[in-house]
Amino acid sequence: MAHHHTYDAVIVGAGGAGLRAALEAGSKVKTAVVSKLYPTRSHTGAAQGGMCAALANVEEDSWEWHAFDTVKGGDFLADQDAVDVMCKEAVTSVLELEKMGLPFNRTEDGRIDQRRFGGHTRNHGEAPVKRACYAADRTGHMILQTLYQQCNKHGVEFYDEFFVLDLLMVEGSCAGIVAYEIATGELHVFHAKSVLFATGGYGKMFKITSNAHTLTGDGPGVVYRKGLPLEDMEFFQFHPTGLYGLGILLSEAARGEGGILRNADGERFMERYAPTIKDLAPRDMVSRAEFFEIKEGRGVGPKKDYVLLDLTHLDPHVIETKLPDITEFARTYLNVEPLKEGVPIVPTAHYAMGGIPTNVDAEVLRDHTGQTVPGFYAAGECACVSVHGANRLGTNSLLDIVVFGRRGGLAMAEHASTSKLLPIPEDAAKPTEEWLASLYDGGGPEFSANIRARLQEVMMDKASVVRTDESLGDAQSELEALQKRYSQARVRDRSKIFNTEVIEHIELGFLLDMAEALVVSARARTESRGGHYREDHQLREDDHWLKHSFISRSGDGETTLAYKDVTMGRYEPVERKY
Amino acid sequence: MGQEQQELSLTKMEVKLRILRFNPERDTEAHFEDYTVEAEPMDRLLDCLHKVKWYDDGSLALRRSCAHGICGSDAMVINGKNALACKVLVQDLKQPITVEPIRGLPVIKDLIVDMEPFFAGYRAVKPWLITDDHEREPERERLQSQLDRERYDDTTKCILCAACTTSCPIFWSDEEYVGPAAIVNAHRFIFDSRDSGGRERLEILSQKDGAYKCRTAFNCTDACPRGIKVTQAIQEVKRAALFNSL
Repeated sequence: MAHHHTYDAVIVGAGGAGLRAALEAGSKVKTAVVSKLYPTRSHTGAAQGGMCAALANVEEDSWEWHAFDTVKGGDFLADQDAVDVMCKEAVTSVLELEKMGLPFNRTEDGRIDQRRFGGHTRNHGEAPVKRACYAADRTGHMILQTLYQQCNKHGVEFYDEFFVLDLLMVEGSCAGIVAYEIATGELHVFHAKSVLFATGGYGKMFKITSNAHTLTGDGPGVVYRKGLPLEDMEFFQFHPTGLYGLGILLSEAARGEGGILRNADGERFMERYAPTIKDLAPRDMVSRAEFFEIKEGRGVGPKKDYVLLDLTHLDPHVIETKLPDITEFARTYLNVEPLKEGVPIVPTAHYAMGGIPTNVDAEVLRDHTGQTVPGFYAAGECACVSVHGANRLGTNSLLDIVVFGRRGGLAMAEHASTSKLLPIPEDAAKPTEEWLASLYDGGGPEFSANIRARLQEVMMDKASVVRTDESLGDAQSELEALQKRYSQARVRDRSKIFNTEVIEHIELGFLLDMAEALVVSARARTESRGGHYREDHQLREDDHWLKHSFISRSGDGETTLAYKDVTMGRYEPVERKY
Repeated sequence: MGQEQQELSLTKMEVKLRILRFNPERDTEAHFEDYTVEAEPMDRLLDCLHKVKWYDDGSLALRRSCAHGICGSDAMVINGKNALACKVLVQDLKQPITVEPIRGLPVIKDLIVDMEPFFAGYRAVKPWLITDDHEREPERERLQSQLDRERYDDTTKCILCAACTTSCPIFWSDEEYVGPAAIVNAHRFIFDSRDSGGRERLEILSQKDGAYKCRTAFNCTDACPRGIKVTQAIQEVKRAALFNSL
């Protein structure tokens, strides 16, 4: 029999969005945070470069310019009302983090220092602007630590190493979750008035990725299996500077501080692709540029399959004080000395623009008409507001988690204090229990690791930086075959205590579902926009495609796509030149 | 520059591992088991542990997440020394590579220990910004000079992996000792010019389970995967407590 808990608000995930929501909800209603990792292990901690806000501490700036850059960077797919909310609240969000104790780098007069970042410009594209607030190249680490410190200070209740497996729905409203306690193998029902998912991304479906092993789309996966839609799944960002062979991220801050990308001829190739802001063009454009440099034979190395990030002309003091971690990554993992030689880099799967559809109060949308699921919220990378559109600008993810984590926490607390607990069946965990038991039955012929490795190869080769109908069709049939193999693979370890084999097996199932949603959505979108580039449809088609995709899957496995118009605002779509 | 770039792909190698295993549902005591896996030259130890888990014995239990030394999940004893499995390359390790759980915390299964006593020590030093309630909050950010910011920079790097605390001989023998990581996190606030909880924390750390237990063995500094000068931080806290010099 499953354990039973009752809360006003339950937050799933303890990265930046979850912790920020917990601080807000926890001060108002009885709140618990359920997370499959210890909070400080969350991937927010890996974010490096900064968090943008138009503080204008160093250069003239305004939140409207930030909003314009965000909309243009997102290739005009972002909802402009949501972007306005985020960019306006950015300023107070940064100041609030400072007051919580976040150790930002400082200017000479003691204010929060700011630096340049890709796609962030002054006055609608004139020139790069210093907008990113930062703490060396560990900004995400500092945000995660600071929010965790505050949660401890305020006595937030944590269920660490609990893995969410099901969402409890009562007549279309959310009434709680079912989670698996990793330390004991037992199930727990969390009966709640409000539930917020902040479970992060799913970049682990790709072979080369900056994402943690644990970023497997658990939250969106649970939602998708409930027949609820996922939004804009075709848009996945590849970051242009992943360490060769590994995908470990080297922050865009390296280029913000003056780093240059070079091909085998030593040419600064971004001059050809983005003459005005060159190496600081948005990530989708730089990743594509790298892809074509390598494809056209100008890649570096024995296999001509990477390009170089050149920092050798920078002042060693700047490297040591502002980019210490990423230079250490190059030394540790590739044995390369960035002070003396170029660092081998490739595009690395980095960020899901798509996810669980929400409005600006983090309320989850039931469908493309904007109806909500009462009591259900989502924030951070697992959600799609949409503020990032077709391509997220650097630093806007840390901003997103703080702004919408806070708004989600407020909204869920408000809902919890004005509504009643919905009745749930006594055996609410039973379907989960039976499903879990089935994972051990039979004794199929293969390791899930083989299936995962194949998934990662297929997604990298067929559905990453550049796609065609043919490549996506190949991916689709491969995925069907992998789903079949997955349904026959079995978990061998039957132990209860820390059975991490069963965890990884379940995670792979979520990844396969996320890959399906991505590929089907991508195949349907016959245009190129932001992170979704179709070699067979190279132009952006605003007449047809200025809309968000909503993919859902029915009980019999059929996928359906619906579309919702983009919310426009001050900025009409223009050609995206930098 | 392209031509001078060194060759990155080398040949595969065989790696022998000796892993300390303990399954509480089966074993009465821990024992070593031997494994051989094929590794790429740039493989980290974590990659090899994954090969064992994924293709040999799925029951091998370990924690890991980011796989590049930032999340702090996979501290373990590697050839007798504390390190993160995702931050050591197997080519730099003598074989067979022995892998054991970190010491001084109860082992739950294989390489997984109970982290709760560690986090209890962390929470005991009030690791959060304490501000004077009477002080009116400024509308904009508080000002802090670059020099004041620099003062506590080193200890902000802590990722709570427990490599330092579980390398400390005092911590092994005395589970009441708050341990190096807790003192590092106290240091991070005691020397932050915006914080006014220094005295509270120094009082806590002056008690018998606090900073004075440190015998400057320097194990912690050697073990820190973030390169924090842990022993120095502890010395600074001790000195501040002694002279009340805040």
